[in-house]
Amino acid sequence: MNKARLCILCAGIAVVTTTLAQTPRYNLGRLATPEEIRKRDISVAPDGSGLPAGHGTVTQGRSAYQMLCANCHGDRGQGVAQYPALVGGQGTLRSKNPVLTVGSYWPYATTVWDYIHRTMPYQRPGSLTPDETYAATAFILYLNGIVDEKAELNETTLPRVKMPNRDGFIPDPRPDVPLGESKNSAVSHH
Amino acid sequence: MKSSNNCLDLPGLPGLPFPEEATKKREITRRAFLTTASVTLGAAAVPSVSVSRELGAPRRAYGERSPFEKSARYFPESITPASSYSRTPLQDLVGIITPSALHYEVHHSGVPEIDPRHHEVMIHGLVERPLIFTMEDFHRLPSVSRIHFLECAGNSGGEQVGRPAANPQRSHGLLSCSEWTGVPLRTLLEEAGLKPGATWIVAEGADAGRLARSIPLQKALDDVLVAYGQNGEALRPEQGYPIRLVVPGWEGNVNIKWLGRVHVVDQPYMTAYETAHYTDLMPDGTARQFTFVMEAKSVITSPAGGQELSGPGFYEITGLAWSGRGRITQAEISTDSGKSWQAAQLNEPILPKAVTRFRFPWSWDGKETSLQSRCTDETGYLQPTREELLAVRGLNATDHYNGIKVWYVHRDGKVSHEQG
Repeated sequence: MNKARLCILCAGIAVVTTTLAQTPRYNLGRLATPEEIRKRDISVAPDGSGLPAGHGTVTQGRSAYQMLCANCHGDRGQGVAQYPALVGGQGTLRSKNPVLTVGSYWPYATTVWDYIHRTMPYQRPGSLTPDETYAATAFILYLNGIVDEKAELNETTLPRVKMPNRDGFIPDPRPDVPLGESKNSAVSHH
Repeated sequence: MKSSNNCLDLPGLPGLPFPEEATKKREITRRAFLTTASVTLGAAAVPSVSVSRELGAPRRAYGERSPFEKSARYFPESITPASSYSRTPLQDLVGIITPSALHYEVHHSGVPEIDPRHHEVMIHGLVERPLIFTMEDFHRLPSVSRIHFLECAGNSGGEQVGRPAANPQRSHGLLSCSEWTGVPLRTLLEEAGLKPGATWIVAEGADAGRLARSIPLQKALDDVLVAYGQNGEALRPEQGYPIRLVVPGWEGNVNIKWLGRVHVVDQPYMTAYETAHYTDLMPDGTARQFTFVMEAKSVITSPAGGQELSGPGFYEITGLAWSGRGRITQAEISTDSGKSWQAAQLNEPILPKAVTRFRFPWSWDGKETSLQSRCTDETGYLQPTREELLAVRGLNATDHYNGIKVWYVHRDGKVSHEQG
């Protein structure tokens, strides 16, 4: 596609978008202040946008983990009873008994950080500080052999961590099951 | 089968002048009914009938069902009850609407108690005007009401892996259908004004775990509702009170309950529930992601597992069919192990991305047989058999399963999930 045609296409997209950027019709709702947005916005993208400033090392994570996480997930992330394992399973995804953990399955380190930040520990969701979250994430990634013992994670280094199953996901290809009409074609109506 | 109203068919009964006569006649009718139907499907043993002459109960401010009705959601014991599910008793329902009190539940951080006077929904990110809406704002905006099903992505996953469940509630009960009332999300996005580059939203709940999911902007602008009403009244707390997303036809988890925030963004945010969970692991070790649509699926709810036929003769087969891609155009029944299929009647209304009830007249000859249903939607998609589905997806993917469910009728009239 040449540049001129690309520009025309972009102009077309811009027109579609601006139809939604008109003056508000109902004038309901109030403007959110930057302060309100800052307080409520906890979204974290895989490119790291939204991550708050902070840092945590594997060593700091080890003690935070033993205090906050080990009770349910085991002292080495192996899982306890029905509580899920966080470690192991690498190389099992094609097997009859795949083990899906942070190490074997999760495609982004930012997802680990975001999930811990939102939901952990189970009984007190959302109670960890950013530093505690960086530290716990670092220790769990260390248990999985993804970062080394001296690693420190912060808002810059976390999104750069390459997870083992980063390229393991494909977009939905459905409908994917061939129609099986041949043997059942004699449909009768009454 | 279920025919407790038979006695009302007697001519002249309502006009009888003497109550004693009426009582006697009712008694005779009831006894006749009991002898023919005492072991029938679903009929409870009834003590002798009398017409009460005592004054009935007074009025009440908020109605409850009869104490004789016991149908309930089912849930197993859990070490984390705030992060678990309950199933709708599909075999007990009639029509297409699930009573709000029986709507299935899946929670990941429990059910929050939210005072609507203090609840707000913030829309921000790639918008001209970041806005905060109160519940009063939502009630002032133009509203729509639509009937849609909700289905958990994991509904009937046990069927896929070869653990067929014993009754419709256990096999397909993470499915419900309600009339939802609210404001199109498009209206709110128009009020905020989209900036160029906006391609996704991240919707977030106000539950303890702030459950968040990425949804393509195209869907958000299409038919997504920000709903405050369910079946004519406010949402139930378990269903997201005071306000939730309804994302028609898409897996339950993206229908964010207790909606608190809509973040307009330029990429999917890869939250845990769209990466670690609700993704389908294929035989080659890759996993399918953003498998949003719940494909066409059906289940016979009567006669079905856990029920019992009283003897040879007429029974109406009935059940539910639904598709996340639109309307159901056909439901078919096979009573000969899938060798031949016959079209069932579809009850009106037949609505897009809603449950449709089908009916099929059937006469049981007293022999062992099997009953199964399949459906087709308006895109021409035909519900596959389990074998057809497994051939493509294998045994490791347990979400988004929509294979045909088979019930087996045994010689003694018992219906089960297992071949005799």
